[in-house]
Amino acid sequence: MFLINCPYCGERDQQEFKAGGEAHIERPKEPTELSDDEWAEYLFMRKNIKGVQFERWNHTHGCRKWFNMIRDTSNDEIKAIYKMGEKPPSQ
Amino acid sequence: MTKNLRVKSSEYIDETNRISFKFNGKTYHGFKGDTLASALLANNVHLVGRSFKYHRPRGIMTSGSEEPNAIVQINPGSNRTEPNVRATEVEIYEGLEASSQNCWPNVEFDIGGINNILSPFLPAGFYYKTFMWPASFWEKYEFFIRHSAGLGKSPTSSDPDIYDHRNIHCDVLVVGAGISGILAAKNAAKNNFKTLLVDEKNELGGSTIYENNEFNKIDKNAPSEWLKKEIEELKNIKNLEIKTRTSVAAYHQYNYLLARENLTDHLEIKDKTNKIRQRLLKIRARKVILATGSLERPLIFDNNDRPGIMLSSAVKKYSEFYGVACGSKNVFFTNNDSAYESALSLHNKGINVEAIIDIRNQSESKIVKKVIESGIKIYWSHSIVDTDGYKRLNSVSVMKLSNDGTSVTGNKISISCNCLGVAGGWTPAVHLYTQSGSKLKFDEEKQIFLPNQNTSEQISVGSCDGDFKIDEIITNLNKKLKDYLNINETDLDNTKVEIDQENSKRNIWLLPSDKPLGKTKPFVDYQNDATAKDIKLALREGFRSIEHVKRYTTTGMGTDQGKLGNMHALGIIADTAGVKMGELGTTTFRPPYTPLTFGTIVGRNVGKFFDIFRRTPMNDWHVENKAEFENVGQWKRAWYYPINGETMHQAVQRESKAARESAGILDASTLGKIDIQGSDASEFLNRVYTNAWSKLAIGKCRYGLMLNEDGMVYDDGVTTRLGENHYIMSTTTGGAANVLGKLEDYLQTEWPELDVYLTSVTDHYATVSLCGPNSKKILKKITPDLDLSDENFPHMSFKETNIGNIQCRIMRISFTGELSFEINVQASYGKDLWEKCMEAGKEFNITPYGTETMHLLRAEKGFIIVGQDTDGTMTPIDLQMDWIVSKKKYDFIGKRSLYRSDTMREDRKQLVGLLTDDPNVVLEEGAQIVSELNKSPVEMLGHVTSSYFSPNLNKSIALAVVRGGKDMMGKKLFVPMENKNINVTVANPVFYDAKNERLNA
Repeated sequence: MFLINCPYCGERDQQEFKAGGEAHIERPKEPTELSDDEWAEYLFMRKNIKGVQFERWNHTHGCRKWFNMIRDTSNDEIKAIYKMGEKPPSQ
Repeated sequence: MTKNLRVKSSEYIDETNRISFKFNGKTYHGFKGDTLASALLANNVHLVGRSFKYHRPRGIMTSGSEEPNAIVQINPGSNRTEPNVRATEVEIYEGLEASSQNCWPNVEFDIGGINNILSPFLPAGFYYKTFMWPASFWEKYEFFIRHSAGLGKSPTSSDPDIYDHRNIHCDVLVVGAGISGILAAKNAAKNNFKTLLVDEKNELGGSTIYENNEFNKIDKNAPSEWLKKEIEELKNIKNLEIKTRTSVAAYHQYNYLLARENLTDHLEIKDKTNKIRQRLLKIRARKVILATGSLERPLIFDNNDRPGIMLSSAVKKYSEFYGVACGSKNVFFTNNDSAYESALSLHNKGINVEAIIDIRNQSESKIVKKVIESGIKIYWSHSIVDTDGYKRLNSVSVMKLSNDGTSVTGNKISISCNCLGVAGGWTPAVHLYTQSGSKLKFDEEKQIFLPNQNTSEQISVGSCDGDFKIDEIITNLNKKLKDYLNINETDLDNTKVEIDQENSKRNIWLLPSDKPLGKTKPFVDYQNDATAKDIKLALREGFRSIEHVKRYTTTGMGTDQGKLGNMHALGIIADTAGVKMGELGTTTFRPPYTPLTFGTIVGRNVGKFFDIFRRTPMNDWHVENKAEFENVGQWKRAWYYPINGETMHQAVQRESKAARESAGILDASTLGKIDIQGSDASEFLNRVYTNAWSKLAIGKCRYGLMLNEDGMVYDDGVTTRLGENHYIMSTTTGGAANVLGKLEDYLQTEWPELDVYLTSVTDHYATVSLCGPNSKKILKKITPDLDLSDENFPHMSFKETNIGNIQCRIMRISFTGELSFEINVQASYGKDLWEKCMEAGKEFNITPYGTETMHLLRAEKGFIIVGQDTDGTMTPIDLQMDWIVSKKKYDFIGKRSLYRSDTMREDRKQLVGLLTDDPNVVLEEGAQIVSELNKSPVEMLGHVTSSYFSPNLNKSIALAVVRGGKDMMGKKLFVPMENKNINVTVANPVFYDAKNERLNA
């Protein structure tokens, strides 16, 4: 059970949070200009790697804010947490 | 014939407090402080159970939670009964009853014992190999196997006890209150760390508390005396919480640990009631100090499982701590010095020790010399090759061990004895350590796995880190504590330790026998009857991975999880396969360390607390008026209101007719309500709904359909514009939380530039839906000042008004196709409003209706229910709802997906109406639909999603999704059922009032 440092509330138990998949996948600004393949790339393709992964998390049972997390999926070490819209910190 | 084997008074046993208990129906006596195991041993009872596969007689082997054999059923037949409890952990109390498991008719005469004779035919994997053929026979085999197998019996009535959960946060958690744990906790707490010390036993001090080796001294005192003073001092330390009878079950990431605190298991039955029995502690610790100690290993030789064969350390604990002699003629079998401490302990109490068999050539330690001086016979370089005695050990056979340890030679010597203490060295208890994700390394010299790489804030101290001798323990502990807690000095800086230095050991994983291995039974896993030859068989059959060997032979898969034998299994595999143990690794240590009860895991979340549920403000009225309820998400919703013993069908038919002919009233409070405000609210709605919102006038309502980005229908509902920058959105009952979450997601991550604020107000408003041709007259009676004319208050519009002093919002919207009004008031006025409407509607025979009638009425109109008529694969086009998809808007969530090649296919499943040829036949929801009956394999075209008998149309109606259904209007299809085929015709899904005339009736 992770201990997650919500950037708005501080350290809380994992059960207050919900994972929201891979981070930094921006919704295309002009979807109608995209081919089926390009749209499918945005819609369906997600990485699921063993190692350092960029993720979105939501403090569902707290401030309801979304934020980003860098997590090593091989040992669940949380490397960094940063707000939506911020650039990932260099590691 | 029971004799009392109590040899000396022990300070841990209160001999003034005599306790009677029953074992297998017979009454015995013990004392306060006894475990079931120590009390049985004091009564000379060794035979307590039968093994799992061969039903061999088994006795008490250990004195702790690692016990593989002495597992019993506690209080059989009562609603508090518990199977698979270790007799070594049960503290006896007046009235305790226990019985043996896995035997029939009884432990003395067990029919299943035939398996022992048949054992040559029951090798590892026997069940896998034998009962596979023919596959169809498995059900027959299973019946017999299930009857002959099995451990204890689960209770048949509900558990009368209360369980609880508690969160604990601490700076330092110390697991294990042996000498290392006590010293660690004391120094942590003294240095202002908020410290929690837990131990599974009821007494602090671990094994040092009865340590009697006269050559070991701490500050010139016996270690036990010195430690007692340390424990005494703990009482005066602030910041320190101590929990005994508390077993840490799991060590998860980020120092999150689960522990089971036992509160009433040691109390008499009458004292157990209305108290919390066990509490699950959810511990979040900044730092964890593992002081989990070590477990003594047995030795693996032929017939090493008979009752009376025990761990040497257990024999010592029973004598020193409980004052019980485990046998009248004792023999020890060892590969290290610890058996000598046990032997001397017995000898000093006047208990006969026949001999010590040592596989080493010699030992130079003082304690060995002392044993030699005492006159106990020692067989150096000898090994036990066999034992005798069915229900109790009566002799051991000893032979000379070759220099390389692979064979035995010379004459077989038989030594008569009724208790054998076995000492195979010590295995650090690294279970919790590895659960945390930390990695072990194998120490070739000590032949043990030791903590190596920590993944969280933790250290291991004492014997679980490989420090077995008191001097190592104290010196290393002192160093580790200073380092880990960042402190300059500790109590231990000036502690002087003297010890008996010799610590030689000769490790042989599988001891040789004079017989071929195939003719012997050297047990590795006692509970599951896995022997060394099963492990070798697995290797011969090609299994290499330790995890595979474990599953094939079931080694380590019992309730004890192989705490004693796993190391030997690894050793035997390594020796046989010619690999190093370090390379082989271990099997995964999984939680829980000792079994947990289901009660502890669920805590208070039982019965009506199993899941939270929500009730509407009008709930009491529904209950008083005998409504039947259904669960919708977490909500309890009125389902239908039977009168005079009506069936559900009768009630629903009556309610449906009333709602169309005069007036119905529905509690719609559960619909999700989201308050949307901000200068970009209109733009936001444009992006999340498929239709256009910018031009919706203030005071008007609009139905909206919300898609996922993949184009599939996600939710629907009516949204009302309350002001320039203010909307109230309604969602489906079940979807409210998810919709809010999804909208927040887009607002925060994709469109942070939008000025929009979302607030869930579902619970803040109660909603009464008045429906039917007389609904306007009823509303007029309670809001006489409001102009209800179609001109002033048309369909799909909204008014804010007062009913008496109560402010309310009224929407003229309809889910039934009838003229209808939804009245929203502050939740606390909900019941009051409902009763006002009932009173005003009396003259119109206003009829309360539940969700079932609501579903029927909307199905007559062909209105979908998201989640019933859709399943996450339906686009609005599939639903024949093209009219709601804006062609003008550049973008909205899911728009692009509606133009994917797949979503544009013509042969997708599409929503249609179905009419049965026989209007009285009602289809089953979920039934499959086909176009041809005589084709094989038959193609499934789709399924029925909603189906009812409509009292207003006097015929059966259904909604269905059918492949290519849009173009099938009027086509005949079939719904094949188990006993008949139902003929149906594809129809328009709007069955009733297709022109929507009734909205303004």
